[in-house]
Amino acid sequence: MPQLSCQDLCLGYEGKAVVSDLTFGVCVGDYLCIVGENGSGKSTLMKTILKLMAPISGQVLTGDGLAANEIGYLPQQTAVQKDFPASVREVVRAGCLNRRGMRPFYNKSEKRIADDNMKKLGIDSIAKRCYRELSGGQQQRALLARALCATRKILLLDEPAAGLDPKASAEMYDLIMALNSGGTTIIMISHDIAASVKYASHILHIGSQSALFFGTKADYLGSEIGRIYAGLGGEGI
Amino acid sequence: MTTAMNQLTLYFQFPFVRYAMIVGVLIALCSSLLGVTLVLKRFSFIGDGLSHVAFGAIAIATALNLTNSFLLVLPVTIISAILLLRTGQNTKIKGDAAIAMISVGALAIGYLIMNLFAGSSNLAGDVCATLFGSTSILTLTMTEVWLCVILSALVIAVFVLFYHKIFSVTFDEDFATATGTNAKTYNLILAVIIAVIIVLAINLVGTLLIAALVVFPAMSAMRVFKSFKSVTICSVGVSVVCAALGILISILAGTPVGSTIVAADIAGFIIFSAFGFIMRR
Repeated sequence: MPQLSCQDLCLGYEGKAVVSDLTFGVCVGDYLCIVGENGSGKSTLMKTILKLMAPISGQVLTGDGLAANEIGYLPQQTAVQKDFPASVREVVRAGCLNRRGMRPFYNKSEKRIADDNMKKLGIDSIAKRCYRELSGGQQQRALLARALCATRKILLLDEPAAGLDPKASAEMYDLIMALNSGGTTIIMISHDIAASVKYASHILHIGSQSALFFGTKADYLGSEIGRIYAGLGGEGI
Repeated sequence: MTTAMNQLTLYFQFPFVRYAMIVGVLIALCSSLLGVTLVLKRFSFIGDGLSHVAFGAIAIATALNLTNSFLLVLPVTIISAILLLRTGQNTKIKGDAAIAMISVGALAIGYLIMNLFAGSSNLAGDVCATLFGSTSILTLTMTEVWLCVILSALVIAVFVLFYHKIFSVTFDEDFATATGTNAKTYNLILAVIIAVIIVLAINLVGTLLIAALVVFPAMSAMRVFKSFKSVTICSVGVSVVCAALGILISILAGTPVGSTIVAADIAGFIIFSAFGFIMRR
């Protein structure tokens, strides 16, 4: 049974469909990359999976022991965050909020979870530093640690390497790969077709109006669209 | 210095001076608590817009000869706050334009109603008092002081209880929603608290100067401190000290209370900015 599946999804704003007939599923341990051009509906799909917006029709189902609020999310940076006074520790701990229910403060085990995740991502030494003064790679790690506090089961990543230099983005991809090897399901939106093909186990390619391809990486590379798209190696896309 | 001290001791024997001090400090505390969140959410002007709505409501209450204008002003302001915070999301009229429309509209209608219906002979004086606070802080009744104490206690309690959720919703609304925090509820709570603070603060600084109480302490704290907790605490400290200083100075020098407090806040901002600049070098 898939951990997360989308059935006949039709997505868009104010009744106008951006993409329709999306059907796919991810199982535990999968690494799915969602690729496609700008405006093809990748971010809309991600928002729908996270229940930030409702689909026009169709549904998003969770299964295999996954609750709807157990999805970790690594968003793209917002303008608000660029000058937000917050320490790394405060940001990471915010990921524990959904464990807490109505209790107003974090307990010891939640604080430990936050500390463990910071250690895991190598940012425990900068826990007291101000988020806005960190490098792009460090900021992404802090947000990733926060997502891990929310869940270990499934992570949704929106362009995790956007704005990072080549070294930092390679490190980011390695980190994500390591998490995936540890059993965390990964769903990632990416412009970086080279990295998608390198790391993913499955590819969902969305074109204008509908899904152009969904399947394993090997099938994608064998398909016509995969050959055209991946053959370009990310240049000019 | 001793004469000033003697003068203050003399003044503080009057209950209305003590009331003014208590209420002033409480309002400064509450407004700065929320100020950090409002500034970071890019909602600085909501305080200003709401205070103009409150001005309109006060005008209507005066025209209706209500004995306790509070009963009308508070609900009207709360409803406007909810409507304004809602405009941030998916509406045809953008947030800043909506605030501008509502605030100027309320100001104009309020003045119009005051002109048409108020029986007061000193209309200009009434309007000026409502806009700049002037003397209302010195004419507080015991009931108003208690009301202010209770509402402040409520605001502080809600803020402390929901502190982490408010942080999460302010920092990243999408993430908070995705992981099961109902961001809409917390935005609603914020809207209600802001409205309560605005209505309270009208007594202290009048409707035109409230935004200063919200924005200046938060901005001062953000020059120097770098975590959400330290910024919030510092902002409260700055705000309380500036309000107390402002009230003391206004008593001694006979200056208008509201504008003296805001002047103290401006001075605080300049000092913190200089300090932050030196620290970064």
